[in-house]
Amino acid sequence: MDEARPLWATPLQFVFACISYAVGLGNVWRFPYLCQMYGGGSFLVPYLIMLTVEGMPLLYLELAVGQRMRQGSIGAWRTINPYLSGVGVASVVVSFFLSMYYNVINAWAFWYLFHSFQDPLPWSVCPLNGNRTGYDEECEKASSTQYFWYRKTLNISPSIQESGAVQWEPALCLILAWLLVYLCILRGTESTGKVVYFTALLPYCVLIIYLVRGLTLHGATNGLAYMFTPKMEQLANPKAWINAATQIFFSLGLGFGSLIAFASYNEPSNNCQKHAVIVSIINSSTSIFASVVTFSIYGFKATFNYESCLNKVILLLTNSFDLEDGFLTVSNLEEVKSYLASAYPSKYSEVFPQIKNCSLESELETAVQGTGLAFIVYTEAIKNMEVSQLWSVLYFFMLLMLGIGSMLGNTAAILTPLTDSKVISSYLPKEAISGLVCLVSCAIGLVFTVEAGNYWFDIFNDYAATLPLLLIVLVEAAAVCYLYGLRRFESDLKAMTGHALNWYWKAMWGGVSPLLIISLFVFYLSDYVITGTLQYQAWDASQTEKLGKRINSPNHFLLSIQSGRKKKQAI
Amino acid sequence: MLSANRISHVLLCNVTQRVSFWFVVTDPSRNHTLPAVEVQSAIRMIRNRINNAFFLNDQTLEFLRIPATLAPPTDPSVPVWIIIFGVMFCIIIVATMLLILSGIRQHRRKNKGPSEMEDTEDKWENTVKIENGIPCDPLDMKGGHVNDAFVTEDERLTPL
Repeated sequence: MDEARPLWATPLQFVFACISYAVGLGNVWRFPYLCQMYGGGSFLVPYLIMLTVEGMPLLYLELAVGQRMRQGSIGAWRTINPYLSGVGVASVVVSFFLSMYYNVINAWAFWYLFHSFQDPLPWSVCPLNGNRTGYDEECEKASSTQYFWYRKTLNISPSIQESGAVQWEPALCLILAWLLVYLCILRGTESTGKVVYFTALLPYCVLIIYLVRGLTLHGATNGLAYMFTPKMEQLANPKAWINAATQIFFSLGLGFGSLIAFASYNEPSNNCQKHAVIVSIINSSTSIFASVVTFSIYGFKATFNYESCLNKVILLLTNSFDLEDGFLTVSNLEEVKSYLASAYPSKYSEVFPQIKNCSLESELETAVQGTGLAFIVYTEAIKNMEVSQLWSVLYFFMLLMLGIGSMLGNTAAILTPLTDSKVISSYLPKEAISGLVCLVSCAIGLVFTVEAGNYWFDIFNDYAATLPLLLIVLVEAAAVCYLYGLRRFESDLKAMTGHALNWYWKAMWGGVSPLLIISLFVFYLSDYVITGTLQYQAWDASQTEKLGKRINSPNHFLLSIQSGRKKKQAI
Repeated sequence: MLSANRISHVLLCNVTQRVSFWFVVTDPSRNHTLPAVEVQSAIRMIRNRINNAFFLNDQTLEFLRIPATLAPPTDPSVPVWIIIFGVMFCIIIVATMLLILSGIRQHRRKNKGPSEMEDTEDKWENTVKIENGIPCDPLDMKGGHVNDAFVTEDERLTPL
């Protein structure tokens, strides 16, 4: 070779790169939701089982393939079998889809980060209406955090058909996000290797600070108790197991080609088995750690809302019945209510419709995931903390680090095959290829900044990557075990690293993991087919709630299957 | 309108446990109570002073049927977020330019490098380096030199 392949400066950089890629926003905003939905503490059982049976083996497989072939996904699969270069192309296409919409989240994180330097925080107060006698109507009906997200950040339209114009504020933030990503990947492993120290470690610093703060918040124990009380009956629910398997699968980022790309920059003698185990364990522990933080924040927010609800009821009753100040407290509220109902029945029945039934459980039960959790629920909790600007800055900075870390992996998955290809790299230097990819992704990503952009985001988030990835990883496992030959791969690995392959990995690669993926694939396919017309949630400004709306073209999911299939057969 | 002894013209009635009361303002010169509308507009104007007298604010002291006019939030002329955005943008652009320029410079040095390397290789073959009085031959530079320590295959086996 004219130029030796660039390598990671130390194996630590490789581990950090994998960690910063795998530990992403899903650990923070998807796992706590799953934990809450599927039985709290008992969800850890299927989660850990799937980790050992599915996550670790497949992660090790991808790292081993990358390290052995020393090329990006397209070249690696072509080396395994010339008919399989389509798998590599499918990985690149899925990575491209992902990087297009994923960076929009970073743009939103930037937006909130920049707005955190104000007092009061813009999402803590509603703007005033026209004649300054009250607050804006939409904001009153929803909450100030929801208003800031749906109106100020997204300026969302009522449905996906009404696209509206490109919003210049999110567009600017998106351009900034892509510039930052470009800066980090500009020099390949040289620059990426240094950036991953920050993107891997800083989120943990912030999480630890938040853990300490979260656990000392008033009402945090309510949230933690609610989350961790195991509901053992959920273990019998097949959905719990399916979601555990899915979460492990997507959380580790298998099938995108990023892990193959990262591992291709390794020394051949690198012990990737050890690294695979370390990375998967760290990824899962981070999920659990982040959900402890999230649930203490949930508990705080729920307790705060519950207590303000109670205080409003107390104020209402005190005003209506002219009771002495301080007479009504939380402890005697129920007795006094029954007393008033019996003593002044007519007046009580007038006031009764306005008395809300405050319940801590219903506040805790609002299970949220995704952007709703990060940008609405968390901001609502943050605005009630002291020195909320500091907490807000820390939080969005952490989201940014997590998002950028994952973006580095995604772009590496696209760029490594491109820079490996002799044709392209002879015409253009590495910097120009990176710049071109970032430019194209940014330009297409502007679609997500139009008024209906969040609906497009939801569609991409839900449907762009699920089925193709399952198919890709299934083909990968089958190809290595049966096409290339497990014995041949085993002897390759032994020659490369010096360690023999444990029987456990062979059993998993050959049998268990592919079976798991097939069952997941069948489940999701049948789920799509049974559901029929696909739906998305739209924001109704007049009623300020989310309604389900139908996507008119059910071809979206067919597109993703076809792209996976078609590429697989390309020679 | 009100004369010096204002407090005596304000009559309280219907005081409850709730720390709430009704009041009317009288005009002794004309011997009638001022209409509610006038009192309401007067309170609207000096609401802050009344609040401060009680050490309360609009949230804790309510005048029935007089909605509080809320103070608009102070908007700076340039929104804060744009300033911070501008700073970050400039930093990232400058860093990117620096990296790209240094990359271009490295490329140029590498292109010049191989042509210079060929000149020095010729020089090395002609000079013999001496260390401790013993000439040493770096193996790479002296091509095609037979090392007598190795015996070739033919000589090892004594011919029959």
